[in-house]
Amino acid sequence: MNNIIEITSLRKSYGGIKAVNNISFSVNAGEMFGLVGPDGAGKTTTIRILCGLVNQESGTVKILDKDLTRSRKEIQKNIGYLSQKFSLYGDLSVDENIEFFAEIHNVKDYSKRRDELLDFSRLKPFRNRTAEKLSGGMKQKLALVCSLIHEPKILFLDEPTTGVDPVSRRDFWKILSRLLKDGITIFMSTPYLDEAERCNRVALMNSGEIIALDTPQKVKGLMNQQIIEIVCSPVRIAYQTIKRNTALEVQMFGDRINVIVENYRTELPSIKKLLTENKVNIADERIIPPSLENVFIHLIKDAE
Amino acid sequence: MNSIEVKNLTKKFGSFTSVDNISFNVKQAEIFGFLGANGAGKSTTIRMLCGILEPTSGDATVGGYSVAKNPERVKQNIGYMSQRFSLYNDLAVGENLDFFGGVYGLSNEKLKERKKWVLKIANLEGKENLLTGSLPGGIKQRLALGAAVIHQPGIVFLDEPTSGVDPISRRNFWELINELSSKGTTIFVTTHYLEEAEFCNNIILIDAGKLIAEGNPKQLKSEYLKNSIYEIESDKVIEALELFEKQDFVVETSIFGNNIHISVEEKFNNLILINKICEENGITIKRINKIVPTLEDVFIHLLGSEKKS
Repeated sequence: MNNIIEITSLRKSYGGIKAVNNISFSVNAGEMFGLVGPDGAGKTTTIRILCGLVNQESGTVKILDKDLTRSRKEIQKNIGYLSQKFSLYGDLSVDENIEFFAEIHNVKDYSKRRDELLDFSRLKPFRNRTAEKLSGGMKQKLALVCSLIHEPKILFLDEPTTGVDPVSRRDFWKILSRLLKDGITIFMSTPYLDEAERCNRVALMNSGEIIALDTPQKVKGLMNQQIIEIVCSPVRIAYQTIKRNTALEVQMFGDRINVIVENYRTELPSIKKLLTENKVNIADERIIPPSLENVFIHLIKDAE
Repeated sequence: MNSIEVKNLTKKFGSFTSVDNISFNVKQAEIFGFLGANGAGKSTTIRMLCGILEPTSGDATVGGYSVAKNPERVKQNIGYMSQRFSLYNDLAVGENLDFFGGVYGLSNEKLKERKKWVLKIANLEGKENLLTGSLPGGIKQRLALGAAVIHQPGIVFLDEPTSGVDPISRRNFWELINELSSKGTTIFVTTHYLEEAEFCNNIILIDAGKLIAEGNPKQLKSEYLKNSIYEIESDKVIEALELFEKQDFVVETSIFGNNIHISVEEKFNNLILINKICEENGITIKRINKIVPTLEDVFIHLLGSEKKS
C-alpha cells in the first residue's frame, strides 16, 4: 500500500464560506507531508476531517485503505493527532498525563512504550514533574508523546511549532526524524515556509483549494521569475528607489534588497543605473534561488 | 546617534539573576533584533527598557531618559506592542484608537489626524465601526502596531509581533516596520523566527541573562559559526542520516525532505571523507553542496541543542 491517505473531491462549507473546496490528493506511506497556507486557507478544517473529528460535506477519504466515513473508529485507533491548542492536565505529572492518554486509547501495557517515548524525547528526568511546571517546549514534547502512546501509523500535526523557540523547535524536528525512521507517516500543517522545506512533499492551500503540490524543489521550479540579490548601501534609499520608480516587487533586508524580475539580463542594467543615479553604492549582486516563501506569495498573487 | 544605551543592566529576582550585566547600544532609526530562547531574560530586559521594571543595578537610557531615574518619561516616549496584549476585542476599531490616543494624551485635532493615519496603514479606512475581534489576524496586527505608535514615539518595542501570523501578513507587516524605520523610528523587536532576524540591521543574542553574540546578520554567520554545512541528496535518506549521526566529525544532522543537512567541524571539512563514508556503506550521493548557514544554524550552534531542552 503506497497511498496511506487518499482524498477525493473533498468539500466542507461553513455557512457561505467554502473552507475546503473540492480538494484531491494522496499521501505516501512513510513520508512527511506538509500542508501550507495562510490563515483561513482551510488547513485546520482539512486535518480535522482527516482525523474524523468533523464530517465532510461531500467527497471521500480513504485512510489505511479504509473509508473514513464507514470505518472511523478503526482508523482512529491507528492515527495520532496533535492540535494547535493541545490539552494536557496541568496538575498531573508527565507520567500520569501519558497514562491518561494510554487509557483513552485502551492501551493496557503502556509502561515500556512510555519509557521509550520519554527516552527519545529526553523528558525522562522530568517524569514526576507536573505538566504546568514544564517549559513551553517541554509541554509540546509531552503532548507529542501522548499522541504517540498507542503507536499510531499516521501522525497529524496542526501547526505544531507556533510560538515555540528555535532551540525547542530544532529538538522537535529531531524527534520527528526519529518517527520517520520508524516508518510513521507524518501529515502536518504549518504557516512557516522554512519548515515546509523539511517535508518530502508540500501542498500549498489557499481559499480552500490546493494550488500546488510537489516536492519543495519542484514547487520552487514553478516560479518563472528570477530574484536578484543586491548588497548595497544605503539599503533604505535603494529600497525606496525601486519602490517609487518601478512596479517590481522588492524586499529589504538588513544590508541588501531582493528584486523580483522577469528577465535578469534585460532588467538588471536599468536597475543598476537607477540605483547609481540615486547615489546607492552597489557592493555585490547575484541571482539567488527562490525560497518556498517567494514561490508561495507569487502563486497566491497569481490565484487572486 | 544612539536611541538606546544599555550599561551593565542587571535584574535579580531573589537569588536568581534574570538579566546579568548586559551592555549594548541601539542606533536611531535602526531595526534591532533581540533574540534568545524562552527564559533567556528577553521579557525582563524589555520591561526594564520600557520603564515598567526597576533594574537591580546598571542603567539604560531610552530616548535620552534613564530607566532607573526617570521611568515615567521613558514610558511617554516609547510604543509597545506584543502578540498577547494589545487591542480590546470587544471595542470597535475607532474606540480602540480613541482609547490608545487618550492614554497617550493626544488632543482632539491631533487624535483625529493620527487616527486617520492608523486606519490608512491598517487598510481600515471607513471601517472604524467594525468590531476589533472580528478582524483577520494580519489586519489586527497592523492595527495593533498603529495603535502602539499613535503618539509618534521615537522608539517602538515589538515583542514577538508575528507569532502565529501567516506568510503574506508577515511580509506586509515587515514592510510597515521598514516604513516606520525609514521615517526615523527606532524598532526594537524580538522574534522566534530567525528568518525574520535577517531583516534586522543589528542583532544581539542573550542566553541565561548574558549577552553572547552581537553584530549584523552577516557578521553573526561568519564570526560565530565555524562549522560547514552540507546538503546531501542520496538514494537512501534515512540510512544516510543514521550513518552520519554516528560519525565523530559530524556535529548536527537533520532531514530536509529528500535531502539531509550535516554540520561538519571545520578541520574535517572535506568532501572526500564524506564521499568515502557513503561509498563504503552503499549509499549513492546524487548531489552534495556546501550551503550558506541560516541564522537559525548560528543560534542553535551558540546555544547548544542539548542543554536547554
